[in-house]
Amino acid sequence: MKVIVGQGSCGIAAGANKVFGEFEKLINEKQLNVSLEKTGCIGTCYLEPMVDIVDDMGKKTTYVSINPEQVIELVEKHLEGNTLVSDYMISDEDSDILGKQKRIALRNCGVINPESIDEYIEAGGYEATKKVLTQMSQAEVIDEMKISGLRGRGGAGFPTWFKWDAANKSPGDEKYMICNADEGDPGAFMDRSVLEGDPHSVLEGMIIGGYAIGAKEGILYVRAEYPLAIIRLEKAIEQAKDKGFLGNNILGTNFNFDMRIKAGAGAFVCGEETALIASLEGERGMPRLKPPFPAQKGYWQKPSNINNVETFGNITWIINNGGAAYAAMGTEKSKGTKVFALTGKIKKGGLVEIPMGLTLREVIYDIGGGIKDEKAFKAVQMGGPSGGCIPAELIDTTVDYESLTKTGAIMGSGGMVVMDETTCMVDMARYFLDFTRKESCGKCNYCRIGTKRMLEILERITEGQGKEGDIELLEELATKIKDGSMCALGQTAPNPVLTTLKYFRNEYEDHIYNKKCTAKSCKSLLTFTIDETTCTGCTLCARKCPVNAITGEVKKLHKIDQELCIKCGKCESSCKFKAILID
Amino acid sequence: MCEKNNCACNSSDSPVFDFSKLDPVMDKYKKTPGSLITILQKAQDIYGYLPKEVMNYISQETGVKPSKIYGVVTFYTQFRLEPIGKNLIMLCQGTACHVNGAKMIEESICEELGVQEGETTEDGLFTLNNVACLGCCSLSPVMMINGETYGKLTKDSVKKILKEVRNAEKSGEVK
Ligand SMILES: Cc1cc2nc3c(=O)[nH]c(=O)nc-3n(C[C@H](O)[C@H](O)[C@H](O)COP(=O)(O)O)c2cc1C
Ligand code: FES
Repeated sequence: MKVIVGQGSCGIAAGANKVFGEFEKLINEKQLNVSLEKTGCIGTCYLEPMVDIVDDMGKKTTYVSINPEQVIELVEKHLEGNTLVSDYMISDEDSDILGKQKRIALRNCGVINPESIDEYIEAGGYEATKKVLTQMSQAEVIDEMKISGLRGRGGAGFPTWFKWDAANKSPGDEKYMICNADEGDPGAFMDRSVLEGDPHSVLEGMIIGGYAIGAKEGILYVRAEYPLAIIRLEKAIEQAKDKGFLGNNILGTNFNFDMRIKAGAGAFVCGEETALIASLEGERGMPRLKPPFPAQKGYWQKPSNINNVETFGNITWIINNGGAAYAAMGTEKSKGTKVFALTGKIKKGGLVEIPMGLTLREVIYDIGGGIKDEKAFKAVQMGGPSGGCIPAELIDTTVDYESLTKTGAIMGSGGMVVMDETTCMVDMARYFLDFTRKESCGKCNYCRIGTKRMLEILERITEGQGKEGDIELLEELATKIKDGSMCALGQTAPNPVLTTLKYFRNEYEDHIYNKKCTAKSCKSLLTFTIDETTCTGCTLCARKCPVNAITGEVKKLHKIDQELCIKCGKCESSCKFKAILID
Repeated sequence: MCEKNNCACNSSDSPVFDFSKLDPVMDKYKKTPGSLITILQKAQDIYGYLPKEVMNYISQETGVKPSKIYGVVTFYTQFRLEPIGKNLIMLCQGTACHVNGAKMIEESICEELGVQEGETTEDGLFTLNNVACLGCCSLSPVMMINGETYGKLTKDSVKKILKEVRNAEKSGEVK
């Protein structure tokens, strides 16, 4: 028998290491003939820690939300007694969620042990490398990509074959294949899960891409905040070298390819490709004008190609199954599948991989289980700081590059943050502007100063100091910043403001003219009062109030002095009778 | 530079750093072009932050001008010019955590520790840093202390966790 514990970052956060340790202890103590293994994230993060027990016939039972105390029960009943513990088993409804997906980039995540190249090979790994190196020409590989219709998953959606072709045709015998694993969107973790759960598939995608463009070296630029991903990649590179999939004369051919990792140092703008290259060279990560494109002048001025982690994760599947099979999925212009990090006010959050062309409704309700706490769905944010908020009335928009762009949002790299009636859209805009303002590299005036000015206005509005003309000023600044910035960071920074202005202008107006935040999220705009009928005069709120704004005698109705109230909410959280009203 | 101008970094009360710890790093990277960020990362691993003395030493060894090193160090958020507390609190301010109340958690931490984001408590026990998505959005709001993740935080649970860490530190001192 085999016990497999999910140990992606999400699993570990939910306590998977302790569960693993408990299994280890008990299996040793009882000297059971059971192997204990780990795997990456399968995507249903809300069910972590997850444990699979596979019996000798290969039948798998999945247990969910296991805590260390429950491990003994699984050991005694299932491992020793051979009886299933139905209380902890995954529900049919939850296992259906996986059935609704189409897993290509995530095919091995949560299935194989990411630290074992043998398991990867057993799952069909490195077959694509063999096929490419021994049977296909560079042009044939690029052609297969063209047939597949694969577009970059890093955000811009540029056809992969086109970039490979350009790098291939660019003169020079020193070329580089670079993997962008800087994952900058502050609310997304698709790339991290792929790196942690299936590092070899990324390496293989890079080897194949490297062959296609004629590169000798691959470089992975990984966010510094992803230590586990870096460890697993280091192991994977070592293993691939040992097996002869990296190094000189790979598989007996005359193709030489090596790989190394470079850890980023925390700068969102380094996800932009020219900034990434500057950072690789040890400089400040400042973008530069294109052209020349990296395909002409990239790392150390040599032809280079940069792709996203998920893009690379799709390559081997395309080689093994053919570009046409990939193109059979999706819509006319958006082929294949896309991974999303479905989060926010959603019941069943986690990673999902869906064929392009599903509607947002299908993703949010059928796969995500709908909105938490039965609240009303308000909007979904896609594309992070470069993207926008899609309102509830557009929930039947299909997930493809063109349809999403039409809404004012973008496909982005895969962040999908669901918001309900308690999320203030002006505050969301402020949140993203705060992010881009901090992350602007400072090269362009409009980006550096413009985002700061926009942030100031948004802060003012959320603090109840908004004034006539603020909305127009935001719109003017947004256009100027878009036009006046050199790289996509500045060009897209106003998007969160523009989309919320487009769909939720009334919220801005409520804040500015009526001094109201309908989502009840902007503190300065709230009024705290005490309900006459439910207040028991227990005095607790008066004692908790840090500014002594609450007065009243024991067992009599208390009152809040609005002049003194600083809206900290302590009275509300301390009241046992729900007598504090917020409006 | 420093020698001539007699600037503060040469003052006699500046702390002394054992540069020999950096030698293996220098041997490995100083000749490889483009390694400045890697060298700085390794140096920060060794010293916990990047003191001026260390940056000057790296400059001497690599030939990269101190102004350029300082430029790189201040560009990237990972690099610190000040030492940090014993326990680094990384509070997630990613989108999912923001939507689920990360600001409220930040207020609660600040209240408990009496510091603002980026600062270290007077007793040197805690430093509070805001970070982007920690990849555990389904547990949001989330924070990480010394590599351990705490999820589904509330105003009260976060205070309790900090008290536990502090107590653990104190009982450690008694031993
Ligand atoms: C400010 C900014 C941040 C970006 N961050 C990322 C990122 O974190 N990961 C990524 O793959 N692409 C990112 N991109 C897009 C890259 O510049 C580039 O288009 C992409 O890596 C190309 O790979 P693809 O064709 O496979 O998508 C970013 C772009 C900008 C302007
Ligand atoms: S946004 Fe906080 S963990 Fe993802």
